[in-house]
Parts: sequence; C-alpha cells; structure tokens
Amino acid sequence: MTPLIVAHILVLIAVGSVVFHFWSPWWWTEVASNWGGMDTTILLTFWITGVVFVAICLFMAYCVWKFSYQKDRRSEYQPENKKLEFHLTWITAVGVAALLAPGLVVWNDYVTVPKNTLKIEVFAYQWGWKYRLPGEDGVLGKTSIKEINDENPFGIIKEDKNGMDDLLVDSDELHLEINKPVKFELRSIDVLHNFYVPQFRGKMDIVPGLITYYWIEPTRKGNFEVLCAEYCGTGHYAMRGRVIVEEKSEYDNWTAKLITFEKFLAENSKTKENKIKLVKNE
Amino acid sequence: MHDDNEYKIEAKSGVVSDTTAKGDADHLPPQEVPDQDLYHSHSWWTTYVFSQDAKYIGVQYALTAVGTGLLGLILSWLMRLQIAFPGLGILEPAAYYQFVTMHGMIMVVYLLTALFLGGFGNLLIPLMCGSRDMAFPYVNMLSYWMFVLAVLVLLASFFVPGGPTGAGWTLYPPQAITSGTPGSNLGITLMLVSLVLFVAGFTMGGLNYIVTVLQYRTRGMTLMRLPLTVWGIFTATVLAMFAFPALLVGGIMMTLDNMLGTSFFMPAIISMGEKLTTEGGSPILFQHLFWFFGHPEVYIVALPAFGIVSDLISVHSRKTIFGYRMMVWAIVAIGALSFFVWAHHMYVSGMNPWFGFFFATTTLIIAVPTAIKVYNWILTLWRGNIKLNLPMLFSLAFIVTFLNGGLTGLFLGNVTVDVPLSDTYFVVAHFHMVMGIAPLLVVFGAIYHWFPMVTGRMLDEMMGKIHFWITFIGSYAIYFPMHYQGFVGVPRRYFEIYDSPYMSVSGLHLNAFITIAALIVGAAQLLFLYNLIYSARAGKKSERNPWKANSLEWLTPEMPPEHGNWGKELPKVYRWAYDFSVPGAKEDYITQTTPPSAVLGSKVERS
Repeated sequence: MTPLIVAHILVLIAVGSVVFHFWSPWWWTEVASNWGGMDTTILLTFWITGVVFVAICLFMAYCVWKFSYQKDRRSEYQPENKKLEFHLTWITAVGVAALLAPGLVVWNDYVTVPKNTLKIEVFAYQWGWKYRLPGEDGVLGKTSIKEINDENPFGIIKEDKNGMDDLLVDSDELHLEINKPVKFELRSIDVLHNFYVPQFRGKMDIVPGLITYYWIEPTRKGNFEVLCAEYCGTGHYAMRGRVIVEEKSEYDNWTAKLITFEKFLAENSKTKENKIKLVKNE
Repeated sequence: MHDDNEYKIEAKSGVVSDTTAKGDADHLPPQEVPDQDLYHSHSWWTTYVFSQDAKYIGVQYALTAVGTGLLGLILSWLMRLQIAFPGLGILEPAAYYQFVTMHGMIMVVYLLTALFLGGFGNLLIPLMCGSRDMAFPYVNMLSYWMFVLAVLVLLASFFVPGGPTGAGWTLYPPQAITSGTPGSNLGITLMLVSLVLFVAGFTMGGLNYIVTVLQYRTRGMTLMRLPLTVWGIFTATVLAMFAFPALLVGGIMMTLDNMLGTSFFMPAIISMGEKLTTEGGSPILFQHLFWFFGHPEVYIVALPAFGIVSDLISVHSRKTIFGYRMMVWAIVAIGALSFFVWAHHMYVSGMNPWFGFFFATTTLIIAVPTAIKVYNWILTLWRGNIKLNLPMLFSLAFIVTFLNGGLTGLFLGNVTVDVPLSDTYFVVAHFHMVMGIAPLLVVFGAIYHWFPMVTGRMLDEMMGKIHFWITFIGSYAIYFPMHYQGFVGVPRRYFEIYDSPYMSVSGLHLNAFITIAALIVGAAQLLFLYNLIYSARAGKKSERNPWKANSLEWLTPEMPPEHGNWGKELPKVYRWAYDFSVPGAKEDYITQTTPPSAVLGSKVERS
C-alpha cells in the first residue's frame, strides 16, 4: 500500500507543479520595453526544464511503485553502464547549450547600447530617486561627489560646459518618450541601489564610485513603478519612483517645464533659499 | 600514497573475477604505520565536554549547530509573519532586516556548514575510513570550541547597542557599515569577528578531515573504495580550505574600513547627508571576495549531501550505487568548477558586463556533472529492491527538491534570464530549494539512518513519518509558489510588499499561504526534536547493523562504537561499500570487511 501512495504523491507533485504553472494567476506583467527576448528565453527554459522535471518525477514514481521491497527478490546487479552514462552526458550537454546560446545572444544586445541613444542620469540616494537629462547638446555634464552641496545638489562640475544646460528633475517621477531608446546612466551617492521597473525587465546595480548603465526602448505607454532592487538599508522597501511613458508631444511638454542647471544656479543665488537640500553638514 | 596506486589498478580492472580461482585473494598489504595509542579521558569533563574523541565532537558540533539553527527558524517565522500580515505590526523595518540577515547567515554557515562538516564529518570520517580517530584529536577539540566561541560572539550581537547587523547575509558594503543600516557599528563588527573565529575553527577541523582521509585509512581501504559520503565531505572540506580565506580577508578588510577608516571597499560617498572621508575603494571588490567564498559555499553544503544521499539510496534500495566512478568524478569536477562560477551572483552588480558571457558559460557547464549525479541516483532506484523507510523517503524527497532547485539554477545561471529575475523572490525560492531544503532533507534522512549507530536505539517511525510528510510537502508548498512571486517582479528584502500595478493579482494571499505553510513546517521540526530526545532514552533497541549496510561504521565490535572505535585490531577492508545483491552471494549484502574467501562463488564485478 505505501509504495503506491508514495508513487501517487510523486506524480501529484509533478502534475500539481504543471497545473500551478499554467493556471495560477501569478505571472509576469506585460512587457513594456524591447526586452521581450528575455521573456522568450525564460519560456524556452521553462519548457526544457519542465519536461526534465516531470520526466524524472514520473520515473521515480514508477521505480517506487514497481521495485518496492520484496523479501525474496534481489535487485539487479549493475555497477556501471558506460554507454548509458555517456549518452546521458552528451544529451544533457546539448540541452544546456540550447539554453545558453539564445541567452548569450540576448545578453549581447543588452550590453551593446545603440549609438545616439538618449542618455539619462538616474541619481539614487538613501532613499529616493532623482534624474538629470542632457540639454540641447545631448551631453551630460561631468559630475563629482565632492561638488555636491546645497547649491549644486547633483554635483555637476561647473567648469564642464556640457553641464550648464543639463535639465534637473528634483522628483522621483521620470518621463520617457515611447519607442525612443534610452540609456540609463546610473549613479549613487551612498550605497548600492538598483533601478528596476518590472515591466521593462532591465536591471543593473548602482554602485557608488562608478557609473553603471543599461538601455531600454519603452514600447508601451503607461505609468510604471520604479523599485529599488538592491538592498540599501532600512528604507529599501520604500525607495520607489515612477516612470511615465508617453507620446512625444506630452514628453516635450514635460521637458519644457524642467529647469536647466544654469538657471538653477542663478535662481539660487537670487533667493538664497535653496529648493533642493541634500547635504546637512555643510 | 604508494599503495593507493597499487590498489587503484585492482579496483579499476572491472573484470568479473570468480574468487574461487584465486588462491591468495584475501591478501592485504601490511600495515604501514604501527597502531598508536590514543588520548584517554580521565574525567567527565574530558569525556563529554572537552572531548578529543571525534564521535563526541561530531555530536557536539551537531547539537550546537541545530540549536543555532532553531534560532534561525524562529527568526524566519517572525519575518514570514511580517511579510504576510503587515497589519499586525510584528516587526519594525530595522528588526526585520536584522532578522533576515541573521537567519541567512545562521542557516548557511552556523547550521549547514557546521552540521555537515563538523557534525557528520567528525562522526563518519574516522569510522568509515576505519581509523581510530581523527589525525589530530586535540586540534579537533579546539576546532569545536572555536565554533562555540563564534556562535557566542554571533549571539552577543543581539545584545549590543544597535543590535545585530541588518546588512543582509551578503554584508555588502558600503551599506553594511554606513548609518542607514541597522547594526552598522557594533553589530557588523561582531558578525565579522564571529566569521573570522568560525573560519579559524573550521580550518583546524578541516585539516583533520583532509589528513585523516588521505593518511588514516585502514588496510585495504583505497580511495576508490571509500563510501561516497566520505568523498562528498572530503571534497567539500578541500573547497572550504580554498574558499574561506576569501571571506576571511574580506571580513578583515571591511572591519578595517569600519573601525580605522580605511577605504578598501569605500568610495567617496555622502551617507545620510554626511560626507565621509573615505575615497577610492571598490564595493564590487568585496562582492568578488564574498562570492569567491559564497559560491563554493553552496557546494560545501551540497557535496556532503550528495555523498550521503548516494549511500542512503544504495543501502535502502539494496542496490549497488550506479556509476560509482562517475559519481566520484562528478563530485570532484563540481568542486573544481565551483571556483570558476562565482560572478554569476553578480551579473547585474555593475561589474564589466562582458564577464557575463564567461560566467554564464561556466555556470551552465557545471549543470552537466550535477545532472549526472541526479541520473545516477534515479538509475540506482531502477530495478532496485526499494525499502520505503524514513532514510529512503527523505532521499526521494531530496531528489525532487534538488531537481527543482537545480533546474531553476539554469534560469538564474543563464545571464539574460537572470536580469529580470535577480534580486526577486525567484532567487529566494531557488536557493532555499536547492541549498536549504534539499540538504536539510538529507540531514534528516542521515539522522534517521545513523541515529542507531550513535545511540543504539531507533527513532520512532510514526513520528518520523509525520515529520517527513509535513516537511517535504510543506516546504515544497512554501518554495514552489514563491518562484512565481519572482516572475511577477516582487523584489526580495522588502519589509512590506504593497500591491503595485506590476502585480496583476495581489501577492498578499500567496504570502499568507506561504507563511502558514512555513509555520506548520517549522512546528513539525519541533516534533522531530521531541522524537530525538524521546527515542534516545526510550526508543526501540537497535540491532547491530539495522539497515544491513556494508560500510565500516556499522561493523565496529561494539555498537555504539567505543573510544578507539575498533577494539584491539583495526578492520581489514576487502571491497567497496556497495556490494549489494551480488549474484551468487547468499545475503543481499557483503560487508566491506568480508574477505573474498568467505563469499566464494559470488560474482563481484568491481571491488
């Protein structure tokens, strides 16, 4: 009796996993960027690994049921079967290669940023987001952590002329133009963070002392939540932001309202009352 | 080593030898080193507390590890309650992160590593190799007490100002030592000190395991006759010897950054509005050091489990382990490859993205020897004579769980797939399945298997079955659905998971389900502990060799084995540990000490 029960439970686990996979409501949200290829690779991996999982579970169930202990029976004596072991090895190797190859192709796209992509700085701190867009010259000004102070919250190096027309976004809400590729240049002033929008699929840690990057092309309009995906201290779970993907006209309206670094400096010196406060001890 | 070579030739011949034909088939080489006397304890203290007997040290290690693991279990309950029922307000964010951190570190290092190597290593290596004790019993004792010290320092961090570190078990700087993280001062310091002590203690034990396996095997016990349990523990120990130093230096460097203001891992940063004086360090350097330890660590836990489960499956299906030589080479290959895959934990860490190609390839290559092991386990079941007792049930559950966790490793190892899934609950589900639940199922199977050898009594079968089914089905119910939270995009290490637009269906119900399952599985472990205590005192008396196993640990003159293990004379080994159901033999097992002349007519293919 027991072998039959154990065999049934093993079958149930295999079948139950498949049923959960296809009929549970928890699944990824619709992709909103060009990285649908990642989804495809995941699905391919699911099919290959799923077949292996079910096959091995069923094989075990069969063994448990068929070869359960009987006092007067002996098990088969077969210490080795080189041929079988050899075949299993190369079949596995082929299966693994079939998973790896498409994965590497998509990875190659992911780390190769197309030319003339709009560069946007994502500025991460404990615990929030800000953004900086290049001005008309299309180039972001150089920055240094030493330059950061109340007058210069982004730490833009004033001697670098490219920085003067940079557009500052003192808010956790970023707008993007649909179907226009964008390279996120990721910068942190304190600890590790990670700029993650589940619908975009892309992800990269933000490392203080480095500028890391990844690129996406938004393909679906919408209002998406930004999550920090690298543990960054007590406020990690609350480090949220927004990305709004919209048509060009709406996007242009938004950028028109943004303030350039040059203007920001001028206004700050007039009012003496700083809009953006970051550094407490200076 | 000279006589090993001599024996390998014999072991490799693979020719069917009708033993009746050989006149001197029982011949063994002479003992190379005369038997040496051991340290004999004189008092209760030196017998049970500062013991130099590996068997006692093994039990001490196991009990200390399990005790620490219980704390890890309780922490996980509190975390799960917070995640599933945030309205109850059980934890503050800081406490939540502290518990996450301590749970992770305790389970990986202080429970699993200590239990497999310190516990099973000490208990089984001398017995299975046929030696009287470890090579250096005194150092072995020191190893255990260093471990105790490490645990005490770890526990002390709960009581210092600021509490234990809440940096996540990966302890990534800069946040591990900056003010936005709980326990960033004393907490992290004590954690690092504790790890350093652990590594020092472990090195003492590890040297013992390696030297004992290489030099203290009894006559006739060639390397290729060792049970796979010893191969697994031995290879894992070698890995640990190479891997732990990376953690050690990483820990020391971070302590210097924290206490003396050096900049190994610290660039110029502004922490919570305060400009720090550090400059030029690399946070990613720490990650490389950590994972150069951290990835082999996965196999330090997994390889002993592989070895033990191979032996359990073979003994309880009364069948020769399938492809022993492949199994040994797979263990060694996995061990070696595990040093070339570490950066697959860092695909989106900001390291040079071109490393992704290399590490994805090496990572998927390691899947091949791992798959071979799974095939060989299930092929051992094929046409076996399977006894569905507790060790076998746990072994079957291990295969299912490990298979599941191994296959999801193919997702995360494949660099592209890792991008959307990294740092989500998919990762949490994967590593709990593959290096949490799977090795623990082997631990349970092993305890049910070897409990009679340690105590002379059997564990209660009924309680064991309840424990088994709740643990197996329950933990599968915890971790299988958790993968799908990762697909949805739920990030790990979130104190609260609100319903966000990225969740098409609320994740909260699923979280509540997982938490309830976790509470039930945890409770079942208490039943197991009760079973241990109850059966040690009042369990059914065990026979001499209750499972009819072949390996030496069941063949001592006294059961449980006494100090010195073997009485007057060391055992003589004539064959490997897997002669089950040999055609022509009377019984369905031939013990390792059975000389060929005693089983005339049996058709042994390899020994």
